[in-house]
Amino acid sequence: MKKKLFSLLLTALLSMAVLSGCGSDGTGESSESNPSKESVESTQASTGTEVVEKTMYGGKVVVGIQQDIDSLDPHKATAAGTKEILFNIFEGLVKTDKNGDLMNAIASDYSVSEDGLVYTFTLREGVKFHNGNVVTAEDVKYSLDRVSGLLDGTPLISALSVITNVEIIDTKTVQVTVGSANTELIYSFAAAIIPAGSGEDENASPIGTGPFSYVSYTPQVGIVVKKNAEYWQEGLPYLDEVNFKIVNSAETALMELQGETIQIYAYLTDSQAEVLKDKFQILAAPSANVQALFLNNADPLLSDVRVRQAICYAMDKDTANLFVSGGNSVLISSAMLPALTSYYADLNDAYGTGAEVEKAKALLKEAGYPNGIDLEITVPSNYEFHMQTADVLVEQFKAAGINAKINPVEWNTWLTDVYNGRKYQTTLCAITSDGTPGYLMNRFQSDSKKNFVNFASAKYDEVYKKAAAAMDPTEKANYYKELQKIMSDEAGTAFIMVPPITVAVSPKLGGYTFYPIYVQDMSTIYYK
Amino acid sequence: MKKSSIWKNKYLLIGLFMTGLCLLLGILGLFWTPYEPTKISAAERFVGPSLKHLFGTDNFGRDIFSRVMKGLSATIVIGTSVVLFSATMGILLGALTGYFGGIVDEIVMRITDALNGFPSILLALVLISIFGNGKQNVILALGLVFIPSYVRIVRSEFIRLRDADFIKRARLMGVSKVRILFVHILPNIFSVFWVSVMIGFNNAILAESGMSYLGIGVQPPDASLGKMLSDAQGYLQRAPWFALSSGLTIVWLVLGFALLSEGVQRMNNN
Repeated sequence: MKKKLFSLLLTALLSMAVLSGCGSDGTGESSESNPSKESVESTQASTGTEVVEKTMYGGKVVVGIQQDIDSLDPHKATAAGTKEILFNIFEGLVKTDKNGDLMNAIASDYSVSEDGLVYTFTLREGVKFHNGNVVTAEDVKYSLDRVSGLLDGTPLISALSVITNVEIIDTKTVQVTVGSANTELIYSFAAAIIPAGSGEDENASPIGTGPFSYVSYTPQVGIVVKKNAEYWQEGLPYLDEVNFKIVNSAETALMELQGETIQIYAYLTDSQAEVLKDKFQILAAPSANVQALFLNNADPLLSDVRVRQAICYAMDKDTANLFVSGGNSVLISSAMLPALTSYYADLNDAYGTGAEVEKAKALLKEAGYPNGIDLEITVPSNYEFHMQTADVLVEQFKAAGINAKINPVEWNTWLTDVYNGRKYQTTLCAITSDGTPGYLMNRFQSDSKKNFVNFASAKYDEVYKKAAAAMDPTEKANYYKELQKIMSDEAGTAFIMVPPITVAVSPKLGGYTFYPIYVQDMSTIYYK
Repeated sequence: MKKSSIWKNKYLLIGLFMTGLCLLLGILGLFWTPYEPTKISAAERFVGPSLKHLFGTDNFGRDIFSRVMKGLSATIVIGTSVVLFSATMGILLGALTGYFGGIVDEIVMRITDALNGFPSILLALVLISIFGNGKQNVILALGLVFIPSYVRIVRSEFIRLRDADFIKRARLMGVSKVRILFVHILPNIFSVFWVSVMIGFNNAILAESGMSYLGIGVQPPDASLGKMLSDAQGYLQRAPWFALSSGLTIVWLVLGFALLSEGVQRMNNN
């Protein structure tokens, strides 16, 4: 009888274990973490005694990345996760620096004609490809012809398809003519320069001018790069070798970090960061993602501006930030990234960052809904961050009489139904920027293909056209600020926050640099 | 059966106590919980178990005891509905195929064989992806998945009894077939049937928790034991009571029903 009781208990416990085993998280590694934690603490103590932090060259680093690479050809790669790695191998005439400004790379200087139609680039002396050849004007012409479609008719980078002619003036000077002026076009000249005629071979053996050169790539395993000893920037890079290792889930990443088989991992959740904080340097910076409760302006209920404003008022962004990102997000009220300081208009006062329930209720009453409204929030369920935010919002909305319901959908369903099909009421997700101020403004023009919120404002369209054409930076910035104001007045969408990127870096490493675009720069990392 | 032997049947007593407590909390949870189960509070995140919050609070500062109660109600409602649906279908199909046999019997049994060929959770997942999410669809999917087990048991009992003397006699007396099936045979299979209902209820609870754990089934912000367990995973070290409270509740409920079915079986054997 006792035996039977015991076996019953065992069965019940086992079924429990099966349930919690599905996620392969937690339990397994938590028992291991204690002894290893101690050992790290002791090493930390010993490094602490060396007061002088000296910069050292050499060494290898393993970086955990989230997904496989879609192409090693820098002109054909589209996934943000691929571009963040190729940033280390390739460079353009110019490149984005850590402040989001442009710096000269392969070009040592450039000038733009008065009318904005002719760009003249002067090439830097002695920049060498990884194969040892010096970068020539022919290479630049070939690369620009290839991305703009002048080579074979298909532009590989759509922004650069406006190029009508690339002319070699002399061995060090290239002149580019474009069809229409746009002051932000210069950012697109960060497109990689590759050796003339190498286009077809790039995917198999990528050759660029970046701080690291390609060594090997194994699908589903990762990519290895080594130091480019002849890199044009003096003193960079520090490391001899970097191994980008594909880690297929966040849970695996946590285990690999704790086992120290990877030293850098960039996409931690708040709770993972909490677990790792004793063993790793946890660094955080704003990402280039704009999270919002996107409102479908074409929905019968939400076509009323007062309802949209009521939603904006009812939202308590402070609490949402605290709950889902530990208070590390930057609260926003427009689609512009706050990191782009000269273009960003701080409109957080418009609807407040806390909940203003009375105002929301009054607006709803005015709109003819004294008893509140029903709202459906569609969320791509693979994003835990958005799911949690939605949880918090639903609760906040109750106070203002908004009865919200979460509709979790798969990522593919979200793409087809919500993003492309525009069949939704509201959706909680994020859009990502390439770092140029126009990128996230462009999509809210009424006829834009990417305008999935169906925002329609003639004034917005008009001002956007002026902004794109404006040559003077101050004037342009003012137009962008006006656009944000229009969007906010119309409550086109309820913007929430720019979540941080949280990175775990081994305590032995220094020099991790954040960029306002989605890249990981390995050239500045060194062993302390 | 003598009264004293019920008190000696420890399985039955412990099982009744464990399931009774859960049922009580679950039914109470339909109407009342100590705190609003979805009420978030920034000030009370990850508060450990105390008299104020019996099971502590979760990452949103929600009272876990209230959520467990709500989760129990959801689980019990789903479990009961699933068992009602699949057991009714099981009795109907099992009775007809078992008593009459023939070609219909062959077809129904081969279909149940095919259904049994799939792991039940997997089959339920397929059905959910066809029907879509939501409580009703979970009930429907699990209900369909669990029909075969009842059909088999009921059918084998009907085959055993259809040629028994008392049935033969009833047939000779011209009793209608419906009456023979449901008045003469059915009451005689209850002892076996109850046990399979208990086990079926347990399986339904585990399947529902498993599906909620995987993110289908009961949807947030509504509480569900399985979903709570998966949410708690990220906070195992920081707030162990979060995972323990939902996990142990599932263990408690499943163990209770297992003991209860064992108890019922023993009671029948005596």
